[in-house]
Amino acid sequence: MSSHQINLIVNGVAHEVLVPANRTLAQLLREDLGLTGTKQGCGEGDCGSCTVLLDGEPVNSCLVLALQAHGHKVLTIEGLSQGRELHPIQQAFVEQGAVQCGFCTPGMILSAKALLDKTKRPSQEQIRKALSGNLCRCTGYQKIVEAVSEASRRLSRERS
Amino acid sequence: MAAKYDVLGSRAPRLDAPDKATGRARFADDLNLPGQLYGALLQSPHAHALIKRIDASRAKRLKGVKAVLTGQDLPNILYGVSPARYDEEVLARDKVRHVGDDVAAVAAVDLETALEALSLIEVEYEPLPAVLSVEQALAEDAPIIHELFPNNLCAEVHQEFGDVAAAFAKCDLIRGGRMVNKMQDGAFLEPNACIAEFDQRGNLTLYSSTQSVHYVQRTVAMVLGLNMSQVRVVKPYVGGGFGPKAAATPLELNACFLAQRTGRPVKMGYTREQVFLFSRARHQFFHEMKIGVAKDGTMLALEHRCTLDGGAYSSFGIATVYYAGSLLGGPYKLPNMKYDGYRVFTNKPACGAQRGHGGVIARALFEQQLDLIARELGMDPIALRLKNIMQAGDVTCNDLNMSSLGMRECLEAVQGGSGWSGKRGRLSRGRGIGMASGFFVSGAGYPIYRSDTYHATVTVKVQEDGGGVKVLTGAAEIGQGSDTTMAMIAAETLGIPLSDVRVESGDTDLGIDLGAYSSRTTLMTGHATKEAAEDAREQILQALAEELGVVRGRLSVKRGRVKIAGKPVDIGPLRARYLKEHRGWTDQPTGKELSFREAARVAYLRRGTIVGTGKYKPPVLGGKYKGAAVGTSPAYGCSAQVAEVSVDLETGQVFVENITDAHDCGQAINRTSVEAQMEGSVSMGLGEALFEEVKFDANGRVLNPSLGEYHIPTIMDMPQMKCIVVESNEPNGPYGAKEVGEGAIMPTIPAILNAVYDATGAVIDELPLTPERVLAAIKKASQNKKGGRRKG
Repeated sequence: MSSHQINLIVNGVAHEVLVPANRTLAQLLREDLGLTGTKQGCGEGDCGSCTVLLDGEPVNSCLVLALQAHGHKVLTIEGLSQGRELHPIQQAFVEQGAVQCGFCTPGMILSAKALLDKTKRPSQEQIRKALSGNLCRCTGYQKIVEAVSEASRRLSRERS
Repeated sequence: MAAKYDVLGSRAPRLDAPDKATGRARFADDLNLPGQLYGALLQSPHAHALIKRIDASRAKRLKGVKAVLTGQDLPNILYGVSPARYDEEVLARDKVRHVGDDVAAVAAVDLETALEALSLIEVEYEPLPAVLSVEQALAEDAPIIHELFPNNLCAEVHQEFGDVAAAFAKCDLIRGGRMVNKMQDGAFLEPNACIAEFDQRGNLTLYSSTQSVHYVQRTVAMVLGLNMSQVRVVKPYVGGGFGPKAAATPLELNACFLAQRTGRPVKMGYTREQVFLFSRARHQFFHEMKIGVAKDGTMLALEHRCTLDGGAYSSFGIATVYYAGSLLGGPYKLPNMKYDGYRVFTNKPACGAQRGHGGVIARALFEQQLDLIARELGMDPIALRLKNIMQAGDVTCNDLNMSSLGMRECLEAVQGGSGWSGKRGRLSRGRGIGMASGFFVSGAGYPIYRSDTYHATVTVKVQEDGGGVKVLTGAAEIGQGSDTTMAMIAAETLGIPLSDVRVESGDTDLGIDLGAYSSRTTLMTGHATKEAAEDAREQILQALAEELGVVRGRLSVKRGRVKIAGKPVDIGPLRARYLKEHRGWTDQPTGKELSFREAARVAYLRRGTIVGTGKYKPPVLGGKYKGAAVGTSPAYGCSAQVAEVSVDLETGQVFVENITDAHDCGQAINRTSVEAQMEGSVSMGLGEALFEEVKFDANGRVLNPSLGEYHIPTIMDMPQMKCIVVESNEPNGPYGAKEVGEGAIMPTIPAILNAVYDATGAVIDELPLTPERVLAAIKKASQNKKGGRRKG
């Protein structure tokens, strides 16, 4: 397998990495960069646990080749909080009880981030649509929807 | 009214949530050890075949391969869940029994090499006729799957309580029906993963995504021929279990053997497809029943029979076949009950325990039939149930003791909460409202192996600086929130803030705990935690009493402050001593009262490290009959749900529009977590009702082994849920608490079925409610329309 030099920015940090052509972005993040907050639940793009933001857009990192991230910006769950300070979406997930086993949580939060970056005060329907690619077996999703709603209120307050 | 508790009953955020929301929380696959090898499993492509020959020589010669194991390389030992039915091999020796049965294991320097090595192993199979249905398995000339079980019968149960025949003779109305579901998958988001490592002295540490470190430790020790004390099993955070992760897996056992052979850590994980092939999830149940009532709706008799498609191994199935009978003992007064259960082997992945273990389909059919009875008697379905429910103090015909039972409160809560009276009978055709009740154990009364072991032992270690305590437990936090529950119980008992409590859990070195199954942890580990915290509190206050020269009885701790009853006591010398010890520190204690920290520090200075211990074993429970061990529990949870649906009468598609759910969990320890369990239960029940089905082809291969083709509820499928927490006071629970994790799933399927009937007039006896099935049932119902009772 031929290897290629790629450059990408992960959570604001520039990385230069040598990757085999068949390496996925999920593998690069988890195994080469040690960013294990990105979870892998299926490896086939069904569950959304591996969701990261590629130039602000949510992608299943198990379906993106590392090579495709060359020259792009990646945001993983580790890049969202500022030190001990949780991002308002993370804070809302914690307070609303939207976290159970936690395996889907990083992907859920990043899908929510992509939504709230574009839509300041989304409706329930918009929230559900934006998170429809992220499966959760624990929560029944209700507290997740409530958390995203709550986060949007907080973010709007912060901005005003 | 002043709050009864300082910590319990609150909505405290979970202890693990911040780490999980930031990606810090580590799951098994996130762990890596220096020098680790990667393991992989070769699995059978045949549902039923003899292994004639295995040639692994080419795999062994591949560069980077460190070990190749086949059944012949391992001790000839059977294991499983229930010792009376050990029927599994770590690697098949002579025969494979389902597609996905494990045949060989490889450890190599990386996963690619391990997978390449698997492709070099030659296995010569002699295919046997596969048994893929219950009918085939029970046919006279059926191929035998296990020599140990002629007739392919894994277990059978025959129970009768009261005199069923005599009771039926007195009934005014008898009606019956059948219900069949499909094999379900656990579909937890985290595929099983583990790493095994031996030290130089032969001691093993296994990190694994499991629901029970204790059962895994016991099985690993038995199979590898080690003492249990040589085996440490550690559970990192687990990405959901729901039952299928409650026992040792071939993945774990192979990782241990490979680590032993190679002397290096071995990491292994199931792919999503392998999760489906391992299964251990919900059985397919073929349930039939007959219920008899008096004309005023009083239930008099139940006769039911269930055949379970068990798949290739026993797993938890012996408990499943008993639960399918015993859990109908409640929550109604039912004086006569007869049950015949059969669990049958087939050449499919083995089924086991899944949320609502054994009881879900029995409950679905029973509650559906109650609705039909109510209709025939012209009664409101809630009124029929209210007429028959038990209350605290009642004992069922199969000796289950209702030490608390908020069934009436649950029914009234959903009746009011759903606007039942304004909707029932008033919705247009195609829209419907239905309800059902539920009932479940709060912890299995007995371990899965025969033993007088404690079910939980807990240690509360008071930190030597006095600044907090650590709860040490083997209990398994698998997402349900048990770490937070134990921390809250410890904080309440010690009289300190939740922030002063840390929890170490899921490690066999920390104590005995049977694990996260049968909705046992809050009650059982909770008891042990409370006792350990009380022990620590007594030691601290006794030491403080000695120090202050007062009697122990005058001292208590509340919200982190020491209260001294009676006349004032000079705390000055003790305070001065503490301050002197902490010169330069910025958070010195102030105020007229001693802090817990000062008290705990002085206790350490007088006595050394303060360690409180607690333990729990259920009291002797009722039932002397065969099988009484399955169903008896120290307490029972109960629930009621109302579902509103709309059915597209042209396509047969069912939409669940909202659910009103009430559950009696005793004292709620963490209100948010109680609701979270209720909402999650509804979601799993809704999935089973509407979509979920593991499908097989004619050769026993799973057709849909992915989360794309096996449909669990997405966020688009889930309706708004209104959860009402009903709190009784359970005398056998710590602070009155009992289960919520599984009981809450019980009413979901029948509430939906009853709502669909209300919407369409169709009685549906097969799940899931696919559009084709619903449409066919609607057509059939309109053909059989009797007396024009239906609306529209």
